[in-house]
Amino acid sequence: MHGSLLLVELGAVLLGLGLLGAVSVRFSISPIPLYLLAGLAFGQGGILPLGASDEFISAGAEIGVILLLFTLGLEYTAGELVGTLRTSAVPGLVDLVLNAAPGVAVALLLGWGPIAAVALGGITYVTSSGITAKVLGDLGWLGNRETPAVLSLLVFEDLTMAMYLPILTALLAGAGLLAGSVTLAISAATIGVILLVALRFGWAVERFVASPSDEVVLLKVLGLTVLVAGVAQHLQVSAAVGAFLVGIALSGPLAHTARELLSPLRDLFAAVFFVFFGLHTNPADLPPVFGIAALLAVAGIATKLATGWVAAARLGSAVTGRLRAGAALLPRGEFNIVIAGLAVTAGINPRLGPLAAAYVLILAVAGPLLARAAEPLARRLRRPPRSPAPAGPAAPS
Amino acid sequence: MDVERTPLPGIGLRHVFVTHRGRRLGVVSHRDGRRDLVVYRRDDPDSAAETLVLTPEEANGLAELLGAARIVERLAELHRQVEGLVSEQIPITAGSPYDGRSLGDTRTRARTGASVVAVVRDREVIASPRPDFVFHAGDVVVAVGTAEGTAAVATILTDG
Repeated sequence: MHGSLLLVELGAVLLGLGLLGAVSVRFSISPIPLYLLAGLAFGQGGILPLGASDEFISAGAEIGVILLLFTLGLEYTAGELVGTLRTSAVPGLVDLVLNAAPGVAVALLLGWGPIAAVALGGITYVTSSGITAKVLGDLGWLGNRETPAVLSLLVFEDLTMAMYLPILTALLAGAGLLAGSVTLAISAATIGVILLVALRFGWAVERFVASPSDEVVLLKVLGLTVLVAGVAQHLQVSAAVGAFLVGIALSGPLAHTARELLSPLRDLFAAVFFVFFGLHTNPADLPPVFGIAALLAVAGIATKLATGWVAAARLGSAVTGRLRAGAALLPRGEFNIVIAGLAVTAGINPRLGPLAAAYVLILAVAGPLLARAAEPLARRLRRPPRSPAPAGPAAPS
Repeated sequence: MDVERTPLPGIGLRHVFVTHRGRRLGVVSHRDGRRDLVVYRRDDPDSAAETLVLTPEEANGLAELLGAARIVERLAELHRQVEGLVSEQIPITAGSPYDGRSLGDTRTRARTGASVVAVVRDREVIASPRPDFVFHAGDVVVAVGTAEGTAAVATILTDG
């Protein structure tokens, strides 16, 4: 009986996600907020609580995080990461300081304590590289002058995450200063070793994984990723970071194949992860934190716009480009939920989970919409309405 | 023509140049072979006015249209450029006295007034060959000059 109930629940959840995905495609918005809403609806205190499939969904959610980070790592080569660190350190630090500040400040003002402040700072800091990349592609912004600045910031943020997640994991585990610094040293060493392997011995990893059969590549890559993630988890480095680094170690044609093979799995399990997070958030907890979330969202929009302005100005962009860079950086999504998920699992503060959910719900939807408004707004700024510019003659070129 | 090359982390590469008429044109090369052809706005060189997404096959097709066809076009242009100027394509046959000898040996410029501007070898065009360029049977020599001049070059290359 139990088995059939599991299948029915699971099938219904996946089918529901598919329908929501269709809605998101139709209106070309990110599906992440819809998945979260679905989780909220079916979770504890929701309209139709799920029971039997909870265990499966929670295991699926863990794999979802691992695959999210792995495919993110695949996007970048080790050379790009090192190059970005060199060229984008200044805007990267501006990004970090400006955008973590609201979260840290709010957590401290609410008296949630320093560890919650570190978590909430991370939640307000990270841009969703997935949604932003989609916005850049959808709006045809890839060729624009400021785009390399935006992409470099995303790379920088992802690298920062590789340092931040182990620290957060250690803090959440209640580690003291000494144990915390040992963990940090271990994670820094691990990251260093994997970057070195990727830069110098990437061919060896590739020769190990490569195979003419897609099936073999899929199983080897998935196995290697989950295994490294598990070992990293055991060393208190955070499974997500381990997976991210495996992704970086793979490059070239193999990375391309791996991305094609694993993207469908990533989509499946990432959706499960967002549902899982929603499931474990009680919808009744949302309204009390909604005001704070809205306040943080407004602050987050302002700080990301400032970040984009600074980063694009360094590349010599004019007002339009600077606004576009900021607008592209607005969406928050997967990482923010990953951080909140870690904090919720550790039981840090019961209001942190709902707050993060509300924050991501607002910015995952508003971010891409505001990005669309960036160009008309910039045009308005450049030509004040009282002096309408004459329509330029259509000179042949 | 100055081409500005910018890496796009996570995506690929971007090449941008400014045309003679002052328009900015760019190509975004994605790692998976997709190419975006970007035309920038006239009034704002930072912003794309139009982004054309090309599949790898379409990009190859476009490159062929722009590349291979240009050489034939350039030869045809030579005809039109100056009134009375003729370009002639002269094959080096196996029995030619200059098979295996250099362009300098032919002394065509001094003897006929016409110039050898290119040699086509294995479907590749070698533009402005130097005097030490050695002909092989199968080469096609492109000579430019007056009608008499190029005819004289043809005679020299086939009969000596």
